[in-house]
Amino acid sequence: MAEFVMPQLGADMSAGKLLRWRKKVGDRVQRGDVIADVETDKADIEVEVFSTGVIEKLLVHPGEKVPVGTILAIIQEEGKPAGAGVPPVTQLAPAITAHVAPTAPMRPSVGVAEAARVCISPAARKLAADLGIDPASVAGTGPGGRITLEDVKQAAKAGAPQPTPEAAPDRQIRMRQAIAAAMARSKREIPHYYLSTTIDMSPAMAWLTQENLKRSVEDRLVYGVLLLKAVALALRQVPELNSKWTGGKVVASPGIHVGVAISLRGGGLVAPALHHTDRQSLDGLMKDFRDLVQRARSGSLRSSELSDPTITVTSLGEQGVETVFGIIYSPQVALVGFGKMVERPWLAGNQVVSRHLITATLSGDHRVTDGHRGGLFLTAVERLLQEPEKL
Amino acid sequence: MTKDELRGTVLRVLGQIAPEADLSQLKPDRRIRDQLDVDSMDLLNFVIGLHKELQVEIPEADYPRLSTLNSCTEYLASLLSLA
Repeated sequence: MAEFVMPQLGADMSAGKLLRWRKKVGDRVQRGDVIADVETDKADIEVEVFSTGVIEKLLVHPGEKVPVGTILAIIQEEGKPAGAGVPPVTQLAPAITAHVAPTAPMRPSVGVAEAARVCISPAARKLAADLGIDPASVAGTGPGGRITLEDVKQAAKAGAPQPTPEAAPDRQIRMRQAIAAAMARSKREIPHYYLSTTIDMSPAMAWLTQENLKRSVEDRLVYGVLLLKAVALALRQVPELNSKWTGGKVVASPGIHVGVAISLRGGGLVAPALHHTDRQSLDGLMKDFRDLVQRARSGSLRSSELSDPTITVTSLGEQGVETVFGIIYSPQVALVGFGKMVERPWLAGNQVVSRHLITATLSGDHRVTDGHRGGLFLTAVERLLQEPEKL
Repeated sequence: MTKDELRGTVLRVLGQIAPEADLSQLKPDRRIRDQLDVDSMDLLNFVIGLHKELQVEIPEADYPRLSTLNSCTEYLASLLSLA
């Protein structure tokens, strides 16, 4: 059997609220299937399963907020005997009632999980789920404020509110709190160093202009895709920047999944992954990038996109910023920033010429790399962008 | 198609790009980018949206002509040969 747990979708997430199940007990699921929707402080996320088998138990009801690591469901994996790998289900029930993460300790972060605990009897919980009532909205009259079956019935009569998407201002506040917690932790724990270099983007822009002339509107590329691909390929040359710092040591990431900082309308940001950025063609990357931006802003990201980034790239050029000194998104160990493209005089050979220039920066974790390796990385990015046709 | 209908189409496509925006407040002579906080990906989606609605090919070199609601409408009217 396999546990399907509340995933940690970024360092700034300590708890999530189950919005709905997309599968029911007895349904067959395959690795990669979206089986639940979860609300985080930042967005509503489609959560994928990482096992193939049959759903045996759903242990958390829609509307409940539980800490990261809490078992949400039990899946009977194909080819494995029942009961293998996890404790018997009967032992799990008390843990769910108490909302205690069985495998991963909850981070004392933004305090949302504590506030979300609901003391409710199993029968009342089931009735509330059947009636579509959010247990958090029901006043408990049992011992210690425990919600009883009668409380749920009364709430149903009184028209207790059903779980509804959170109002935008509340989401904004929680997102800010989540970002604050993650960034404060990063600044507290990670000894950052910063490097910057100016890159001549004229060859890349000239190539892009010619390339886009040949393409239909829908197939055009934006220059940001060239930057992402160059970063991904440069990471092959300095792979220690594409790693994680966990448990006091460096762990190499198995793939290059560049997280792209995407600003959300109304404030805040997310940084979902473009999977296997280094292996994709520019066309494939552009397609995925467009899709990712659209889904990030419409609130339909998938869990793997938020849990998989191995490095983050942020571009603030369109906001008029020339140089970005970013904060690393723990447990990642580097962040790459790009500023706006400017047209400036540039010495080429013996001549002063006009060139399109962009400032690239690296924020590095000094526990993992030093300035020498960071410098080699930025040089590799610069060099790759001089031959855009090879990206 | 009249220019008023064309402007309505432009606003409808913009509404798909920035669904949260109150487009009735859009100042026709101010840069759309400044008013709606759109980025280059939004701009590309805007151009693709106009292409789908109006069957027009807008070259990258002409993107600056889409900067305000008025200039965008005038530019598209010229492409469509509207009076």
